[in-house]
Amino acid sequence: MICGYAGKFLEVDLSKERTRETVLEDDVLRDYIGGRGLASKILWDRLGSKWESLNPLNPRNLLLFLTGPLTGYFPGGRTCVSGKSPQSNGVVGSTVGGEFGVELRCAGWDGIIFTGEARKPSYLFVIDSNIEIVDADHIWGKDAKQTLRVLTKECRRHLTEKFPKYGEMKEPSVLYIGPAGENKVRTAVVAAKWTHAAGYGGYGALMGAKKLKAIVVKGTGPLPEVANLRRMRRLIKAVYKNAYDSELWRRWGTGAAGYEVGAKTSSEPVHNWQDEWHNRRSFGVDKFENRVWIKQSWSDFGCPTCCLKISMVKTGKFKGAITDNPDYELQAYLGPNLGIFTPEDNVYLTSLIDDLGLCGIQTGNVLGFASELFQRGILSAEDLGGLRLAWGNTEAFAALAERIARREGIGDLLAEGTYRAALQIERMKNVEVLEYAVQSKGISIGAHGIRSGKDYPDIISYACSVQGGDHTSTAAFPINDPGSELWEIFNDSAVYCNFNSFGLRRKIRFDFYEAATGVELTPEEWCSTKALRILQLQRAMLLLGGPDLKWNPETDDDNPARFYEPLPSGPYKGKVLRRARVDKTKRKYYKAAGWDKNGIPKPRILRKLGLQDVDKALDKIRQATD
Amino acid sequence: MEASFKKSLNYLGGSYVVEKQAIWIARDLSKCSGCRQCEVACSLFHEKQVWPEASRIRIFMLVPGADFPHFCAQCEDYPCVDACPVKALSISERTGAVLVKARKCTACGKCIEACPGRVPHLHPTEKRVLICDLCKGKPRCVQVCSEGGWNVLTEVSRRNRAYNLYARTPEDITHDLVTKLYGEMGEQFL
Ligand code: SF4
Ligand code: SF4
Ligand code: SF4
Repeated sequence: MICGYAGKFLEVDLSKERTRETVLEDDVLRDYIGGRGLASKILWDRLGSKWESLNPLNPRNLLLFLTGPLTGYFPGGRTCVSGKSPQSNGVVGSTVGGEFGVELRCAGWDGIIFTGEARKPSYLFVIDSNIEIVDADHIWGKDAKQTLRVLTKECRRHLTEKFPKYGEMKEPSVLYIGPAGENKVRTAVVAAKWTHAAGYGGYGALMGAKKLKAIVVKGTGPLPEVANLRRMRRLIKAVYKNAYDSELWRRWGTGAAGYEVGAKTSSEPVHNWQDEWHNRRSFGVDKFENRVWIKQSWSDFGCPTCCLKISMVKTGKFKGAITDNPDYELQAYLGPNLGIFTPEDNVYLTSLIDDLGLCGIQTGNVLGFASELFQRGILSAEDLGGLRLAWGNTEAFAALAERIARREGIGDLLAEGTYRAALQIERMKNVEVLEYAVQSKGISIGAHGIRSGKDYPDIISYACSVQGGDHTSTAAFPINDPGSELWEIFNDSAVYCNFNSFGLRRKIRFDFYEAATGVELTPEEWCSTKALRILQLQRAMLLLGGPDLKWNPETDDDNPARFYEPLPSGPYKGKVLRRARVDKTKRKYYKAAGWDKNGIPKPRILRKLGLQDVDKALDKIRQATD
Repeated sequence: MEASFKKSLNYLGGSYVVEKQAIWIARDLSKCSGCRQCEVACSLFHEKQVWPEASRIRIFMLVPGADFPHFCAQCEDYPCVDACPVKALSISERTGAVLVKARKCTACGKCIEACPGRVPHLHPTEKRVLICDLCKGKPRCVQVCSEGGWNVLTEVSRRNRAYNLYARTPEDITHDLVTKLYGEMGEQFL
């Protein structure tokens, strides 16, 4: 067996209430590593033949919680959530921070694979090799904070009863959904702690469809043994040192960006991306720091960076709102994107979004979209159930978020996410609104614009990504550039927090991999075979899509229409994406990825990577596009 | 010997240093980042593995944000030592730490019950109790915590203070930290 793995996966059939253990072959682990890579492999093997006809919310869809060999070793623990995505109908490797992945590995599992659908609301309780499906009626409907409170208490009590002599046992780790997930809202998250969330992909909806309220894990064992502990310790030290030298992340986390990405790089969503510039000093990081951050250094397992903050509103109408964040993304999407420029309002909305179990990015995106339609008179206050959704109207946005989470009135439509909602509104109103939907392939664009050219994403980052608008998985050219999706696939497959690698030599992640597994891996080998193989699998499943949505690379491998409008203000006023340039780079990217002119992986590359069955499956869409 | 050492800790006056090398880990719990590097360091040192549940210092997070390290306070009256029926526990003369004689310990749990903070816990796989041994006077947890600049844990000279106050249960500590952090709003998380 390869070092660095617990060695087995837990399979849970919720319909049959049966669990079993699965061992994967070394070759599979060597090629797909874990997390996102392994998810793609498992999903293809088990669902590939029926991919197009499988509704993501059907019980037959799989819901995966996977770790990787670096989880718990590379400082900053995460867990990767996946399945057929209810947003893109492809595969998203969506990671969430916290101790869950570490706890799972300490319990002796590399991951959990769910299938089926529970008869009634349930949660899974894993104590090492002891697995139980527990009734969750009493927490169904509860918000995030109350779900976590009840589960922590009741599971701790259970542990004390089970191990009466042990003494105090550390609390188990929990992943859960809020009301939004229960109601299968496509912008629902799988959450940890409060705002820690796997948002991209919409797996909260899938968890809700399975009536799985939570997974609680207690692992009493050590992390799986690594191949070279001495080397591992040296590497961990190097990560610590690098983090301690970096003032930026440790002090402000991503929090400084709520002001700076607007004012300096001019790439922050403002009013649903009608602008990307603001220089509102009321939204400065010092305002957050001095007014609402009640804990400034907070982190997940092993992390020296502590980019997380805890915020609390102390005065005014939103007094008492508490959240473990907002980070930059939530600052932006639940701030300037909605015309909100005060930390208190932003913290309040973030806290509400947590409580409802919604994704701050995707829900902030759909709220901004609705507000723009209100601005343009396409959606009236009447359509919105009486809400005057003007920019900056925090209470109206809050009320609408509640309706989305509970699928009430217009909320039911917006709960489908920006893209699907846009299609429905076009039919309903008989006007074109897709041009206001700032998304790519069903996934909202992360809060980093590309028009100014001053932020990190590139002109094809979202257009060509196999995870759509996901800002943590962005395509770049050249394809093997360390800032490209191929490298990001490594982060999500080895499953750790990429933030702790900023400023370090890029190769260090492969050193970690070698120290953990004892398997040699060079960046070249990774990019030219393993990552490329995972990319093709994700691309194939994205293009197969279905049953309700199908992507056409010709039109859908593109930026949101908005990005082709010139920036209206700020230091980069007038800057715009040029379609010809985007198209040219897109062609180059296709070629480098081994895709044909229609963006479909070519037989040659697929065969070379040993993906003959994928090649066969793609034949029909090749014929359709020719 | 041990009894007299115990006595000296109790009766030597004022704020004088009791034993030159005797140390104490001062703790500023509400600053804890929850990074759990202390768990990693402690378990690597003692168990040669990353093993959070076998660490002698463990981070509890019963409410998000209220993370804190739970570990031995080296009470001046050492009730755990007295409670052990097989004399598996002793006090290090040099550091003041509680030492566990692994071979003698029967994992009966009496010391856990005697400890006002329920600090000791059983080894997850072996038949013995785990209590912080101050790493023979060079606490590894303090080292990582100070390097990180969180300064939750700092090494100080042991003095005649009511250290046993710091032996509190996780629930008790959580209650205090949540109150400090969230005020009255904290009630809803407890
Ligand atoms: S090293 Fe310090 S800050 Fe980190 S968890 Fe331990 S006590 Fe808290
Ligand atoms: S804190 Fe508990 S274990 Fe430590 S000396 Fe006091 S009674 Fe003993
Ligand atoms: S002093 Fe040593 S034994 Fe005690 S908690 Fe810290 S690292 Fe563990």
